[in-house]
Amino acid sequence: MAARGRHRYLAERRGFLATLLISPAVLFIGLLVGAPLGLAIYLSFTDATAGSLSGKWLGLGNYRAALHDQIFRDALWHTVLFTVISQAVVIVCAGLLAHALVRRFRGRWLLRFLVLLPWAAPIALTAIGFLWFYDPQASIFTWFLVHLHLVDRSNAPNWLGTPHAAMSSIITVQAWRVLPFATVIFLAGISSIPQEVDDAAAIDGATGLKKFWYVSLPLQLPIAIVAILFGIVFTATDMVVPYILTNGGPFNSTQVLTTYAFQTGINAGNIGEGAAVALFMLPLLVVVTIGMLFFARRAEVT
Amino acid sequence: MTGRWRHHAFAYAVAVPFAIVLAFPFFWMAVTSFKPEAQVYDPTKVWTFHPTLANYGFLFHHTGYLRWLRNSTFVGIMVVLITLAVAIPAGYALARLSGRVGRSLGVAIFLTYLVPPTLLFLPLSRVVSKLGLSDRLWALILVYPSFTIPFAIWLLMGFFKAIPQELEDAALVDGCSRLGALVRIVLPVSLPGIITVVIFTFSLVINEFVYAITFISSSTNRTVTVGVPTDLIRGDLFNWPGIMAAILIPSIPLALVYNAFLNRFITGFTGGAFR
Repeated sequence: MAARGRHRYLAERRGFLATLLISPAVLFIGLLVGAPLGLAIYLSFTDATAGSLSGKWLGLGNYRAALHDQIFRDALWHTVLFTVISQAVVIVCAGLLAHALVRRFRGRWLLRFLVLLPWAAPIALTAIGFLWFYDPQASIFTWFLVHLHLVDRSNAPNWLGTPHAAMSSIITVQAWRVLPFATVIFLAGISSIPQEVDDAAAIDGATGLKKFWYVSLPLQLPIAIVAILFGIVFTATDMVVPYILTNGGPFNSTQVLTTYAFQTGINAGNIGEGAAVALFMLPLLVVVTIGMLFFARRAEVT
Repeated sequence: MTGRWRHHAFAYAVAVPFAIVLAFPFFWMAVTSFKPEAQVYDPTKVWTFHPTLANYGFLFHHTGYLRWLRNSTFVGIMVVLITLAVAIPAGYALARLSGRVGRSLGVAIFLTYLVPPTLLFLPLSRVVSKLGLSDRLWALILVYPSFTIPFAIWLLMGFFKAIPQELEDAALVDGCSRLGALVRIVLPVSLPGIITVVIFTFSLVINEFVYAITFISSSTNRTVTVGVPTDLIRGDLFNWPGIMAAILIPSIPLALVYNAFLNRFITGFTGGAFR
C-alpha cells in the first residue's frame, strides 16, 4: 500500500515536471501560431486596413468578394498547377535519384553534395540567380537551346515575360528546389528497410520490378507519402519563388494565393481581404494534416 | 562482377546527370561572379574571360551587404538560443512521456510547423507594429521561434528517444534528480543531435523571407535574404556579377555544413515519427 502510494506520488511528480518542461513551448506556439491564426480568421471577416487591428464586421463579405474576383480565381488555379506539376516532377525524379544514390559507389559523397545544393542554399537568394538565368538578353538557357539548334535566336523564349513561359519557369525552379529534399527523405525510406526483408524476398524468388512492386514499394510508401505531403505544403504555401521571379506577372498569369494575399494585404493595405485570400490555404492544410497523421501511424506499424 | 558493374552503372547513369542539372546554376553563378561587367552579357565567354574580384569588392564596400550578413547572423544566433532554451526541455519531456498523451502532444506540436508564414504574416504584422517592433530585428527574433521551436522539438524528440532509459535510471539510482540526469547524462550524450538542431535552426532563419520582407522596411535593418532581392535588384544598379557573389557567399558554407549533418538530421527527423 505504501509502495503504491509512493509510486503514484512519483508518477504525479513526473507528470508535474513534464508539464513544467513542456509549457514554455506550448505557450510560445500558442501565442505566435495559435493566436495569429485566430486573429487572421477574425480579420478575414472584417474590412480592417493597415494601421488598425480591427475593422467593421463584414461576415463572409471578403470571401464572397474573393470568389467573384477573376484574379483570385486564377490565383487559386495557378496555385493548384504550380503545386501539382512541380510535385509530380519531383516524385518521379526523386524516386529515380534515391534508388541511384542509395547504392555505394565511388564519388557518391560528391554527387550527393551537388544534388543537395538547391535545398541547402537559401531559396530567396538562389531564386535571384534564376532571374539572371532567365534574363531575356543573356539567358544561359536560351544560349544552350540556340546552340543545340532547338530554337532560333530570333524567336527565343522570353522565360519570364510571357504567361505560359513564366508559369513553366517558376514551376521549374520550385521543382529544382524541392527535389533534393524529397530525394533525401526517399533515401531514408529505402535505407530503413532491414536487410532481412531483402534476403527473405530473394529466397522467395522476388527480383527486379516484382520485388520493387511487392516488397520495397509498400515498405517505403508511408515515408515517401510524408515527404510528398511536405512538398505539397511547402509549394502551395510558398511565396518566395513566384514573388522574386515574377511577382504574379505578367498580367497576373503567375499570381498564386500567397503573392495575391501579400499584394492585397501589405501592398494595398487591405488586411482583412488579404487574410481572407490567405485563408483559402487552410482547407489544404487540414487535408494534409489528416493525411500526415494517417500515414505517420502506418509508417510506425510497418 | 558484371552484376556489380551494372549495379554501379545504373547509379552513375542516373546520379551524374541529375547532379549536373541540379548544381549547374551554382556553377554558372560562380562563373558570372568573376566576370568583368563588360563581358557579363556574353554567355559564350565561359572560360575565356578575365576573372576579376572587383564584383566582390563592390559588394563589400559599396552596398549594405556586410551589414545584412551581420543582421542575419545576429538574428540567427538569438533565435537559436531561444529555440534551444524552449525546445530542449520540451523535447526531453515528450520523448520520455510514455503513452498516448506524450505522443499526441508531440505530433500536435510538430503539426504547427505546417502552418505557413504566408498564413500568419498579415495578423503578425499588426501585432509587431502594436508592440512597437516594426522595422526592428527584434520583431524577427520574436517571431521566428514560432516555426523553429516545433521543428527543433521534433528533431530533439527523435534524438532523445534514441538514448536508453537505463542511462538515466542509473543516474537516478545514484541520487541524481531528474533534471540533474537531463543536464549531466542526457545532454552530453545527445550533443551531436543538439548541434544538428543548431545548424538546421540557423539555416531556417537565414532562409526566411516572408516575415523579413513584411516587418523590416529600412535598408540597414534587412537580413541578407531580403536585402539582396530588394536593394540589389529593385535598386538602380543591376550589377549581376555582384549579385551572384552575394548569393554564393552564404550559400556555399551553409550547404557544406548542411551536408555534413544531413545523416543526423534524417535520424532525428524520421526517428521522432517512426519509432
